[in-house]
Amino acid sequence: MISLTSEIRTPYHTWRARPKMLALCFSTLLITIAGSLLWSFAACMAVFSLYLWPGLAFLRQGLRMLRPLWIFVVVVLIWHWVTGALLQGFEISLRLVACVGLANLVTMTTRLDDMLTVTEGLLRPLGRFGLDPKRLSIALALVIRFTPSLVEKGGKLIEAWRARSAKRPGWRIVLPFSLIAIDDAEHISDALRARGGLN
Amino acid sequence: MERNLSFIALFAALIAALGLIPKIDMAFGVPITAQSLGVMLCGTILGARRGFLAVALFLFLVALGLPLLAGGRGGLGVFVSPTAGYLVGFLLSALVVGFIVERLPSHHLTLGVSLAAIVGGIGVMHICGIVGMAITLNKSIGEATMLALPFIPGDFVKAIVAGFITSTLVKARPEAVLSRA
Repeated sequence: MISLTSEIRTPYHTWRARPKMLALCFSTLLITIAGSLLWSFAACMAVFSLYLWPGLAFLRQGLRMLRPLWIFVVVVLIWHWVTGALLQGFEISLRLVACVGLANLVTMTTRLDDMLTVTEGLLRPLGRFGLDPKRLSIALALVIRFTPSLVEKGGKLIEAWRARSAKRPGWRIVLPFSLIAIDDAEHISDALRARGGLN
Repeated sequence: MERNLSFIALFAALIAALGLIPKIDMAFGVPITAQSLGVMLCGTILGARRGFLAVALFLFLVALGLPLLAGGRGGLGVFVSPTAGYLVGFLLSALVVGFIVERLPSHHLTLGVSLAAIVGGIGVMHICGIVGMAITLNKSIGEATMLALPFIPGDFVKAIVAGFITSTLVKARPEAVLSRA
């Protein structure tokens, strides 16, 4: 499965995951509580230059990751234009882009297994409430393995539907799709038990 | 134990898959992704605790940087974006839907499950989502509600579909509907 880590090598890739995450938390907090147009603009420019440093190709990739935000930026700007507080609209939009951009940057430059190592440390206290790290890692592996497989089987269901009907496949697909997931789950649980179980 | 774990993992994968397969026409020709339907099904089929864990597992992988949200989104950015409230809503909604379905009487199950999905999958989900948008976009609750309104009709269709699917599964695979076992 494809992860969102960028294949363009940047200096940030070599930075360690834990300080990167700490810096992210701290900066997000700072950007959120500062709350002035100048601050938001400065934060946005800082994030922009962080993306620009490794090169234009990386910047383009970063901008692509921000695409889901544009609709909110447009809505906020129109809203504040209508209510006559356009400057505040700019402040909110810039802050939003800075926060999401910064978080995306950490995701784009931190490998999945490094991220996992950091979270393992963070989740350790939950062990007291019965969270077993071994079971968690099996569950994570199963999701990563079976998501593409389910997507493929779902695609086949849609194809089979199209072969039989001129109408577009609708919600009726979801029932057989859930059945596939349930049957896979039963098989995996048998397979796990056959290999000695979880204990 | 093994069965619990494999169901939780496969339903986390089902939420992801429902958001990734090409958009399904739910009704009236409105193409909406079925991802939140997946969250409702976690509650209605797995029950409160396992449904909650399946959604938590799904969100954990999103946070780690896998593009599992509808449209291939993911990473830490989505947790500070305007839709972050909906991710919290995913968790609570599976919990609430599961809690109600576990306590429903056996007659009129389709109707009962649909109502549970309306309370948890629409009510709880949108309350969290609206609060999230109000915070990130500096809006009042009323203003943020207007942003959420266009999505509610589609969610009603999903809730009714969730009721139909769950009651059919109770007949087809009674032992697999863990919320009613």
